[in-house]
Amino acid sequence: MAKAWKFGDDIDTDAIIPGRYLVLNEPKELAEHLFEGVRPGFREKVENGDIIVAGVNFGCGSSREHAPLAVKGAGISCVVAKSFARIFFRNAVNLGLPPVECDHVDEIDEGDRIEVKMSDGVLRDITKDRVYAIKLMPPFLREIMREGLVEYTKKRINGSEEIL
Amino acid sequence: MGSKIEPKTLAEKIMSRASKSDAHAGEFVEAEVAKGMMNDITGPLAVKGFYEIADKVAHPERIVIIYDHQSPADSLDAAKNHIILREFSKEQKVLNYDVKEGVCHQIMPEKGHVKPGDLIVGSDSHTCAYGSLGAFSTGIGSTDMAAVLATGKLWFKVPETIRIELKGKLPRGVYSKDVILHIIGDLGADGATYKAVEFYGETVKEISVSERMTMCNMAIEMGGKAGMIEADEITEEYMKERLKNFKLDPYWKTDEDADYKKLEYDISDLSPQIACPHRVDNVKPIDDVEGTELDQIFIGSCTNGRVEDLKVVSEIIGDNKIDDGVRVIIIPASRTEYLKALNAGLIKRFVEAGAIVEFPSCGPCFGGSFGLLGDGEVGLSTSNRNFRGRQGSADAEIYLSSPAVAAASALKGVITDPRKI
Repeated sequence: MAKAWKFGDDIDTDAIIPGRYLVLNEPKELAEHLFEGVRPGFREKVENGDIIVAGVNFGCGSSREHAPLAVKGAGISCVVAKSFARIFFRNAVNLGLPPVECDHVDEIDEGDRIEVKMSDGVLRDITKDRVYAIKLMPPFLREIMREGLVEYTKKRINGSEEIL
Repeated sequence: MGSKIEPKTLAEKIMSRASKSDAHAGEFVEAEVAKGMMNDITGPLAVKGFYEIADKVAHPERIVIIYDHQSPADSLDAAKNHIILREFSKEQKVLNYDVKEGVCHQIMPEKGHVKPGDLIVGSDSHTCAYGSLGAFSTGIGSTDMAAVLATGKLWFKVPETIRIELKGKLPRGVYSKDVILHIIGDLGADGATYKAVEFYGETVKEISVSERMTMCNMAIEMGGKAGMIEADEITEEYMKERLKNFKLDPYWKTDEDADYKKLEYDISDLSPQIACPHRVDNVKPIDDVEGTELDQIFIGSCTNGRVEDLKVVSEIIGDNKIDDGVRVIIIPASRTEYLKALNAGLIKRFVEAGAIVEFPSCGPCFGGSFGLLGDGEVGLSTSNRNFRGRQGSADAEIYLSSPAVAAASALKGVITDPRKI
């Protein structure tokens, strides 16, 4: 059971990880600076498996993969949002950090115990005893997310399979 | 109905050719990319991912590396990243412009790496700028780029298109930057998410490639997957300076009866527009923020760092001195644009006026190299993003404007309407 950390709309990649840390390439190092400018102390409070719950257009801005890497490095198990910016969405899928689209994030409060079951297409708010539907991804995207794009591509090169 | 006569958007046509299929908006395709660009910030992660997948780049001639974010190396970590890409480019025989040329989104079109009808990806969000030449170009992350290096292909969702018709002549003191800021303010930061945004109409027909680049560059600031302008005679002239045998192919345009959403703006009465802290879509007419005190002004970036922009700045500054209370950093977008400005006497004038002129790079726009804003400081910038912390301190404020507003403000030390100079 994970704890929900609430964020607003249009959380940009500069807020997730400021530009001056992009010289770093290791998830754990990047995680030290996660939301540093906009939510000081977040990194210290967040626990392994916790979930970010945000509004629309999460991850807008730069293409920096350091953003989902920093989120992952902090032990966040998935990001739930009303919608995602396109590049962040792709990057998260490629790294195996589930970007979960859900229309009901306003009903979830910070600190609620929640769990996401991708296979069942549901998000459960255990604190409030409610169940919400999440948007299903196309099967090939779920496969990329499960394996990560590196493994997925490697397999396809070796097996000469088409990506789609 | 055969696919040949079916009307399509420019985005659908480009995706169809690149995927060798009959692609429609909403469908997923696997497509060959004509060019893949990476820079010194996103490249090292892409290279790391690539070596986990393969040991040979599928199409080395399609890959371009450009250093611009921390260029020349501003720290030992940056130098380490530069070495990773240098060694990779040597080993894989990939073109590497290294620290020598300037900002990636200026270099790609400038050096002839972009053609109308091409599908181009780059591991930088402002890759959407190349649509200004009638290509479909979009930003991707490092692992996506790793897959491109290894296979030359990538999966795409074929985007729906928003066509924005622009009517009217740009008023005096108003530029394409003001138009795109106005549109972003109207549509919002996610107003075009996943969409191809195409600009057309009488206003677009009359503006230069440089001004078109400014507009397409900022399509991402409303969530757009690509900014696009169909190629015309102005594009043709630009292309012929780079590719001798270039011929304009009328096929690469959106068919009138294709399926798209249409929007219309009349810009005849538009005033200079300012994006206010801390959102690019927090756009106000200049009247609302005139007189705001400034600590720093940055003129440059892939959005507005070309010689055309610097000429506008020079005309406004004239022989006057920059206000004592403000520091002004001017960075031409590329070595070529720098040389043009140098030969036109602009650099001399800027230095005499009291500006700091730097060699081509992303500069303060990246917020991780130099020219950072400190706690409580206020900056005005001709670049594309004003997110909290984007240019340094999270307690700083950033306003975005055209080069004309930046120049007028440089003379006064406060946000100033260029029409009043």
